[in-house]
Amino acid sequence: MNIEFFVFALFALVAIGGGLVMVTARNPVYSAMGLLLTMFSIAVFYVLNDAHFVAAVQVLIYAGAVMTLFLFVIMLIGVDRSVEREEVIPFQRPIVIVLSVALLGMVLLAGQAAWITGRGVFSGGEINGTIETISDELFGTWMIPFLSTMFLLTIAAVGTITLAYFASQPRGAAEEGSNAESQTSDSAVRGAE
Amino acid sequence: MSVDASWYMALSAVLFAIGGAGLLLRRNALVMFMSIELMLNAVNLTFVAAGRELGMIEGQVSVLFVMVVAAAEVTIGLAIIVAVFRRRATASVDELAEMRG
Repeated sequence: MNIEFFVFALFALVAIGGGLVMVTARNPVYSAMGLLLTMFSIAVFYVLNDAHFVAAVQVLIYAGAVMTLFLFVIMLIGVDRSVEREEVIPFQRPIVIVLSVALLGMVLLAGQAAWITGRGVFSGGEINGTIETISDELFGTWMIPFLSTMFLLTIAAVGTITLAYFASQPRGAAEEGSNAESQTSDSAVRGAE
Repeated sequence: MSVDASWYMALSAVLFAIGGAGLLLRRNALVMFMSIELMLNAVNLTFVAAGRELGMIEGQVSVLFVMVVAAAEVTIGLAIIVAVFRRRATASVDELAEMRG
């Protein structure tokens, strides 16, 4: 019973509890808080696995930026609104629970069959996830994929701006039907040109 | 009792199953998005654990790429949710059964 096992068990319980809170909470803010707990626990697991830089990125990007974005959208949409309706598909909850348990069991069984065992089966050796080690790999072997993520992020930014712009243009024309709406958006495009 | 990679794999399987259950159970589009994020995080954990077990740094490099793709996906997805909310005043996916503006 060493310290690593103790930390692992503690934060495994925290991560699973956070995930369960995220799934079961009625209020979306509680869901976001549960997911935040899970993400911090996963950052702790990264530190336990010698992935220090990835742990820092996890805290900064996921727990910082992404969850802030989620909370912002939750606050924008409104938290007091209860949008959970009755189940449309009959017996949805029991079916989902049975399917999830079956998925978990199958993944665990497959993992036992094809589990990686033993350190250093392929290349071996200790790794340490410092910035230097990762950037050597990232800017050497994976230079082209790294550059293509630049295009991906640019496309995402352009798509977000487009969605925000064209969704806000036909406001006020929504009651007049979709035909007038598209004409409004067309004239908005021409006006912008 | 030392913690080897199989413990992390089992924990990731549990988190992945929880995320999948949330994706199927909830009807709120935001909570469904959070479930997808949980599933991505579970897979990232397997990458890092397997990378340490095999002594390869590529596991952590893949995690960085997954994080970039997830960030782009969250940006687009939340923009779509906000655009739908402006039009429909709801975030429930049951209301979006037809593909009509």
